[in-house]
Amino acid sequence: MSLLRIDNLRKSFGSDVVLRDLTLEVPEHSATVLIGASGSGKSTLLRCINLLEEIDDGVIALDNQEISDPEMNPDDVRQKIGMVFQSFNLFPHMTVRENIELAPIKVQKKDKEEAHTISTSLLKRFDLFEKAEQYPDRLSGGQQQRVAIIRSIAVNPRLLLLDEVTSALDPVLVNEVLSIVRDLKEDGMTMVIATHEMGFATQVADQVCFLDSGSIHERGTASEVISNPEQPRTRDFINRVHQSGRL
Amino acid sequence: MNDKWLPSPRELIRQERRKKLAQRKFLIASLSTFIVLAGLITLVVTSPGWDIVKKTFFDLDYGREVFPTVIKGIFLNIKLTIIGSICIGAIALLLAILRTTRSAALTPFRLLATAYVDIFRGIPLLLVIFLIGFGVPALGLKGLTSNVTILGTAAVVITYSAYVAEVIRSGILSIHPSQRAAARSLGLTHAQSMRHIVLPQALRRVVPPLLNDFVALLKDTGLVSILGVIDAIRAAQINASRTFNYTPYVVAALLFLCITIPLTRYTDRALRNTYARQNSEGAI
Repeated sequence: MSLLRIDNLRKSFGSDVVLRDLTLEVPEHSATVLIGASGSGKSTLLRCINLLEEIDDGVIALDNQEISDPEMNPDDVRQKIGMVFQSFNLFPHMTVRENIELAPIKVQKKDKEEAHTISTSLLKRFDLFEKAEQYPDRLSGGQQQRVAIIRSIAVNPRLLLLDEVTSALDPVLVNEVLSIVRDLKEDGMTMVIATHEMGFATQVADQVCFLDSGSIHERGTASEVISNPEQPRTRDFINRVHQSGRL
Repeated sequence: MNDKWLPSPRELIRQERRKKLAQRKFLIASLSTFIVLAGLITLVVTSPGWDIVKKTFFDLDYGREVFPTVIKGIFLNIKLTIIGSICIGAIALLLAILRTTRSAALTPFRLLATAYVDIFRGIPLLLVIFLIGFGVPALGLKGLTSNVTILGTAAVVITYSAYVAEVIRSGILSIHPSQRAAARSLGLTHAQSMRHIVLPQALRRVVPPLLNDFVALLKDTGLVSILGVIDAIRAAQINASRTFNYTPYVVAALLFLCITIPLTRYTDRALRNTYARQNSEGAI
């Protein structure tokens, strides 16, 4: 059964149409990878799913419930959808632990001990326990992004959106972030991932969607879309990624 | 990480040179400071009117005599500043939040807050003090105070709230939208994002300009004296006009400095510590 369903989504900024007639189904416990050139609409799609952008047309449904309905309370929807950003966006005035515990305490109204147990177990699981009381700025980029991922899963979201989570990182730090995502995939977390890392995409993707000028140009398994693309434009994109050495 | 390190001969020479350079810099700094200060002092002391100035502005005995009345006055300045800044902080924060909110229900309040800031930033403080200090008692309303100290302070609070609101608002607007996006995507409401994410960062950022306003407030509480309240400046003025000796003014000035300089230094240090803790690049 599909956890997330998007029908004929359209989104524009002024006269600039960023997404058009975009249709996508994301089955539960699966990973959907969005690839495509910068400006193809990957980030905008993720922001629309998380209701950070108001859509022009179409339907977005989570668990068969239309979340693009203006009557829906966006705060309730966002509790079920975690989002990790390219630029980490940790809260600089809070320690790592406070960053992680904020939503469990303030949004889910858990008591402090319970939130503490959650953050401790997540930090230990992902080897960041010794950084718990540090401020984000003292951490490397890779560590910051891992904290950001932990922060977004601390509330047990139904769906996790990852927006180019390794694009701002040093190549050597990329893998420590991607390995968390692989772990989450094994846990059965449903994910929509925008990325430029084709090797990683091939490893985790149950379906790969190639976005081109605002709609899904080609979709299939990784071995179809990334290894043997059918459409000329997909092939062209994959070739260019090849040449830049990202595979 | 326990390797023993003995500086190489080359490094020892460099250290020697660095020390010499540092000594030379210190010498030059001391010498130039001495020359400039000595020059300024000589200029003042050898000026034709210095003897008269010394008697009328720096009369130690007279200074000691008026000290108690001036210090009594400055306690009033301090009291008004503390009470005033608490009220200003609360009102300004409310105004700033109202001006930055997008909630539909609060639209009329947002417009009122904007009008308030526009109006009271534009009217000179002295005029507001006159209008409130003389206007409110003239209304003759029952239950309204005609205590000039309270009315004068209210006038200062009204004007300063407008200024401080703008400082806080600029702090709120300076927080990158991605912080709010991160907070909202965790499921925090608009109010929660404001309270836990935006405001703590914004307020920290505007501490230096707020301190500026705090020091200005301390001095501007003196304006209340035009309503007849006796603060430090007014006390000095009374004494000075009695004897035509202006030492009380100098006493008042020194007392103000005794408060403002340590305050500035302390806040600078506190801020530096916060930044050092949160920012690996150290104090900015």
